[in-house]
Amino acid sequence: MKVLVAVKRVVDYNVKVRVKADNSGVDLANVKMSMNPFCEIAVEEAVRLKEKGVATEIVAVSVGPTAAQEQLRTALALGADRAILVESNDELNSLAVAKALKAIVDKELPQLVILGKQAIDSDNNQTGQMLAALSGYAQGTFASKVEVAGDKVNVTREIDGGLQTVALNLPAIVTTDLRLNEPRYASLPNIMKAKKKPLDVVTPDALGVSTASTVKTVKVEAPAARSAGVKVKSVAELVEKLKNEAKVI
Amino acid sequence: MAILVIAEHNNGALGAATLNTVAAAQKIGGDVVVLVAGQNVGGVAEAAAKIAGVSKVLVADNAAYAHQLPENVAPLIAELGKGYSHVLAAATTNGKNFLPRVAALLDVDQISEIIEVVSADTFKRPIYAGNAIATVQSSAAVKVITVRGTGFDAVAAEGGSAAVEAVSGPADAGKSAFVGEELAKSDRPELTAAKIVVSGGRGMGNGDNFKILYALADKLGAAVGASRAAVDAGFVPNDMQVGQTGKIVAPQLYIAVGISGAIQHLAGMKDSKVIVAINKDEEAPIFQVADYGLVADLFEAVPELEKAV
Repeated sequence: MKVLVAVKRVVDYNVKVRVKADNSGVDLANVKMSMNPFCEIAVEEAVRLKEKGVATEIVAVSVGPTAAQEQLRTALALGADRAILVESNDELNSLAVAKALKAIVDKELPQLVILGKQAIDSDNNQTGQMLAALSGYAQGTFASKVEVAGDKVNVTREIDGGLQTVALNLPAIVTTDLRLNEPRYASLPNIMKAKKKPLDVVTPDALGVSTASTVKTVKVEAPAARSAGVKVKSVAELVEKLKNEAKVI
Repeated sequence: MAILVIAEHNNGALGAATLNTVAAAQKIGGDVVVLVAGQNVGGVAEAAAKIAGVSKVLVADNAAYAHQLPENVAPLIAELGKGYSHVLAAATTNGKNFLPRVAALLDVDQISEIIEVVSADTFKRPIYAGNAIATVQSSAAVKVITVRGTGFDAVAAEGGSAAVEAVSGPADAGKSAFVGEELAKSDRPELTAAKIVVSGGRGMGNGDNFKILYALADKLGAAVGASRAAVDAGFVPNDMQVGQTGKIVAPQLYIAVGISGAIQHLAGMKDSKVIVAINKDEEAPIFQVADYGLVADLFEAVPELEKAV
């Protein structure tokens, strides 16, 4: 089967971001960018499905700026066969991204689409579910285990009280949770080979997709800072402070 | 203006997160209508009707909604939602699962995990693991929103007397099926609702050592949480994880034991009223957010703390 994997270019998860002084957003100039960690897990899962002989072709897709080609090359180095960039330098909301991905799904007709459960920049946790709605496919979100069995895929999902397993008809959408797998690193020879793999660039316009949004960001602020705490010297002092100063126990 | 709140429940009992979501709906202002979609949910509907400030409860009782599979409940909610100015659900794994599907069916953007209502169309939500707070404005005809429970004080579960009305919706879409569930058993308070949370990290060393945290938690009537490192190492099950990718908690007291305090962990607990850190590394980032820090070996400090409280 053909597997489509969506990847997003985001600020690296180790970077402590700063809010811009004019409150227009977060300062991303000269900040290290990477593939969203949940997307790495999605790519890894697709590659493992190929190694098991379940997947025959892996297409990596990103909807984002020109620079997102870097993240697509990473996906190619990890084992994707080819890549598509839906290029837009605007900041797109999840629905616009889902619509662009839907246009790619209509063209590529994959049996399985794997996305991360959320991007660590916008923290939305929406795109996979929205793509599932637009394409009319079943969805297996927050997956910690994915097993393709015939014309169905069994997805074990991380839910609030524990784990839940659902059986989905293919084609289906799966979004990855952290414990689905441990992503591999790209080897140098594979990084070199990835440069020769095909990477197509299209625009939302060419796909006939509207990126209009019903939500706009008015302001971005730094969260309220916590006032500095104190170091206590002993457990006795800690208990005394919790009882008499903070009054929480 | 009327607001549709989707009830969080397990078919047997109403989820506490519903009360926080109703609180957010009241801040927006307007008639608050609660939808209970599930199977044999008469008891849940009765409980929902008693929530203070709810004007009506809609009940969609159908085997297709038993496990709230999004393929089945999203079309129901989207169809009902057209008649409302806002559709709200708790930002639980359940709400996060079906609500974006509803938003896409309505062709509107969703606003995830609001922590504050500025006005009926403007909301605040954390981005970048809580390192920035965005104020967003929606022009959508139906505003589809998930609510972070810790951002809103729960409304009273008693005192209301809303009318209960049965509604019907689409049958089983036939795209997905529930296979099974494995729920972690715990007698302690629920993590997201507990007044006190005691969490352990990699410093605990192994799963067995968590028993000293359980002992402390039981003494304090606290829930026990964990960092991702402790979950990944297999010390405890994943539903105990606090952080950007786990649960978001904001208790009165959060005690972090053997947790370094990575950005992703702080995202899940830094709105706690009082934070205590016990760590032997005095350079650990957790001390930058802790109100009270104790640089000590946790294996000595935790049992001593348990005896002292």
